[in-house]
Amino acid sequence: MTAAEANKEIDNLMGQGYGTIVIKNPQGKHSLGVGILNRLNLIFEGSLGYFGMGSCDGPIVRINGRVGWSCAENLMAGKVVIEKNAGSCFGAAIRGGDLICKGSVGARTGIDMKGGTIIIGGDAGAFTGFMMQRGRIIILGDVGINLGDSMYDGTIFVGGEIGSYGSDAVDAELTKSDQDWLKRKLKVAEIGENFDVSKMKKIVAGKKLWNYDNLEPTEKKGAI
Amino acid sequence: MAKKKKTKSKAVSLQLGKKKETAREKMIGQSIGYRYDVNLLPDYKKMTPFLKKYVEAMGWDDLNWLEDVHMGYEEGRPAVFCRNANGWVTIPSSIKLPDNQQDRDMIARELLVKFQMSPKHPLVDLKKAYLKF
Repeated sequence: MTAAEANKEIDNLMGQGYGTIVIKNPQGKHSLGVGILNRLNLIFEGSLGYFGMGSCDGPIVRINGRVGWSCAENLMAGKVVIEKNAGSCFGAAIRGGDLICKGSVGARTGIDMKGGTIIIGGDAGAFTGFMMQRGRIIILGDVGINLGDSMYDGTIFVGGEIGSYGSDAVDAELTKSDQDWLKRKLKVAEIGENFDVSKMKKIVAGKKLWNYDNLEPTEKKGAI
Repeated sequence: MAKKKKTKSKAVSLQLGKKKETAREKMIGQSIGYRYDVNLLPDYKKMTPFLKKYVEAMGWDDLNWLEDVHMGYEEGRPAVFCRNANGWVTIPSSIKLPDNQQDRDMIARELLVKFQMSPKHPLVDLKKAYLKF
């Protein structure tokens, strides 16, 4: 069965009213589970290739293996849990929902994200949170160089060591409200329930990159 | 002392979705920056009964995508942004809003979900006209 046929079958089964679907031995195929726009419990017993679970809005997904790059790209709502490691661009441009990887992830995790929460149990690669515009990233392990490079807004929480900060990524104070939310989120994510969140670092945007007010009115009118 | 108090209440009103357009924003014809604190994390103790039922019905453990929904403002009135309709939905003036942003955000989330489930939502007509599969 090809990935397109498998995705069509998921659609057919949902149309018949099935609320839970298990896909056995996905063989690392690419673009599996894309475009699911409704409630569904979906379980993959194996690993996925690239673009798995892309452009979804609502399903609760568990992948009992690894995933390739750009997993859950453009996720709008729902929850995706990966039991092992993930490739680059994990959660690229997500808008909402929870994306959880219990292992480690590659470079550019959460690139261009505009909402939602990405939770990583292990380490994250270089340029994590690159150009993120809002949303939250939680990394329990270490993170590579250029963390939060050119981020416009949003928040990154790191439990381990930071390779280096990217342009305009700055430290912020970890509040009691942050800690309460982190504890709750890690419990829900089934990882790091006993993690000492009080020692986490909080990184936000310095907001030097989007000072629209510096533009001349004529420039602004031309840009609109 | 009285002067100091006046400044404080003005600052609070700016945070609570009553911000008027600045002269600069009028000049360029566009709002500067976001209309609410996008980084404000939800206080789950403030969840409304409706939201608790909604989250349970959806099978989630928390607010999920609604964590990114906040009460902003549109044309000087409190409003919530509906990403499906791609526009601001103003809050009816008959609804009295509390004075803190966490409570206001929870009301915004509840009203947004109700609006999205309403037959008056713009996507209902669009779906009838354009649904392909």
